[in-house]
Amino acid sequence: MTMIKRASIVIIGGGIIGCSIAYNLAKMGCKNIVLLERNTLASGSTGRCGAGIRQQFGTEMNCILARESIKIFENLSQELDYDIELNQGGYLILAYTEKEVNQFKKNVALEQSLGIDARFITVEEAKEIAPPLNTEGVLAATFCPTDGHANPFNTNFAYAEAAQRLGVKIYNFTEVREIKTEDNRIVSVSTDKGGVQTPIIINAAGGYSGEIGKMAGVEIPVYSQRHQILITEPVDHLFKPMLMSISRNFYCQQTPQGSIIMGFGDPDEPKGHDIGSSWQFAQEMAKKMTAVVPLLKEVSMVRQWSGLYNMSPDSQPIVGEHPQVNGFYMAVGFSGHGFMLAPVASRLMAELILKGRTSIPIDKLDIERFERGELIIEPSVV
Amino acid sequence: MKDETIICRCEDVTWGEIRQALEKGYTTLDEIKRVTRAGMGRCQGTTCRRIILREIAKFCHKSIEEVAMSTFRPPTKPVKLGTLAGDDND
Repeated sequence: MTMIKRASIVIIGGGIIGCSIAYNLAKMGCKNIVLLERNTLASGSTGRCGAGIRQQFGTEMNCILARESIKIFENLSQELDYDIELNQGGYLILAYTEKEVNQFKKNVALEQSLGIDARFITVEEAKEIAPPLNTEGVLAATFCPTDGHANPFNTNFAYAEAAQRLGVKIYNFTEVREIKTEDNRIVSVSTDKGGVQTPIIINAAGGYSGEIGKMAGVEIPVYSQRHQILITEPVDHLFKPMLMSISRNFYCQQTPQGSIIMGFGDPDEPKGHDIGSSWQFAQEMAKKMTAVVPLLKEVSMVRQWSGLYNMSPDSQPIVGEHPQVNGFYMAVGFSGHGFMLAPVASRLMAELILKGRTSIPIDKLDIERFERGELIIEPSVV
Repeated sequence: MKDETIICRCEDVTWGEIRQALEKGYTTLDEIKRVTRAGMGRCQGTTCRRIILREIAKFCHKSIEEVAMSTFRPPTKPVKLGTLAGDDND
């Protein structure tokens, strides 16, 4: 496919964020949208993610965004005409410390006040929800039955194919080399396959969004960090919900096809773009999860891999136009929550660009919050 | 090859599913794997990878050497989590 010369909007990044923004812009009537992907769709963080979707957060904005995202996920297979394999088995978040018990009570009160079906439950109730769970050390838990996960590949391809049906042009194996501005205004983008003139660029480059920012001459305060993950062979259904702990640092979920996927965040992981796999991770992960679900000792790991979290200083995304570069929009720094927030974030981004206002306020997610010192402190992240 | 022919025996992926993915424009091994799950099962593509490579080459009128290989991920063969965790005595 030869490169188009002029576009109304160029999106950089063919992950879930870029493809869902492309779809929502096209759905709202925008024409002549181009999406550039360096490799193939879902080859970066989206295709490597744990694919969990939860509404159990500790700040009002995160709860509202996640709640609205789930609503979109619930109808997405139909809307996009592609089975995204949404599986709402709930998230069972285990409290192992008194501090967590207190925090979770506050979170649940907040979530319930916002119409999220989360509840604070006893150890016995947790055991009923996930019978193979070893409850040793567990003090209490929270459970939200409408949380769950979806197939990240299918969701990414579903958005991309729907966007293409609406006229979006997607270029794979096309790497952005340079972004040109004039009088602090976006004018064009150059790639290894040719240049495109455009007044608007959307940075949806995930783990490489900081590098794209530099091309536009701006410093985005994000960095990338490897997160490792592993998956087992498919086995009979053992438990329905995502099992998660913040203090013990793990998440673990059985997919509808039977494989069990699990990961944790290494606090000593250096910043950078390494996406290798380590033996130490597999060992530590196996130790953690066989202690929580002893049955897993008999289940075999078949594959491990890793992907990048694109982290912001407060682990919250940066969404909006850059104040110094007219036409340079960012949907970056999702800090491990890009997949679950994509349906709502992409819709809001399309509203922001085409209407200049959003149906849910996201002005607090602007890049200038760091300079103002108005960081959003979310107590519930892994 | 018939559409019903199973190409990936671990994940039960048929030639028909792979053919449809190719026709939609997914013409790399990584994309076919992500769209159909072929090669993601217990044997990690040991059986089906070569067949899919050959079919991609044929579909794209390329030689097999020109088709990019997918990433080989550890472990080489399945390992029990109990063994990894160090609970086995053997």
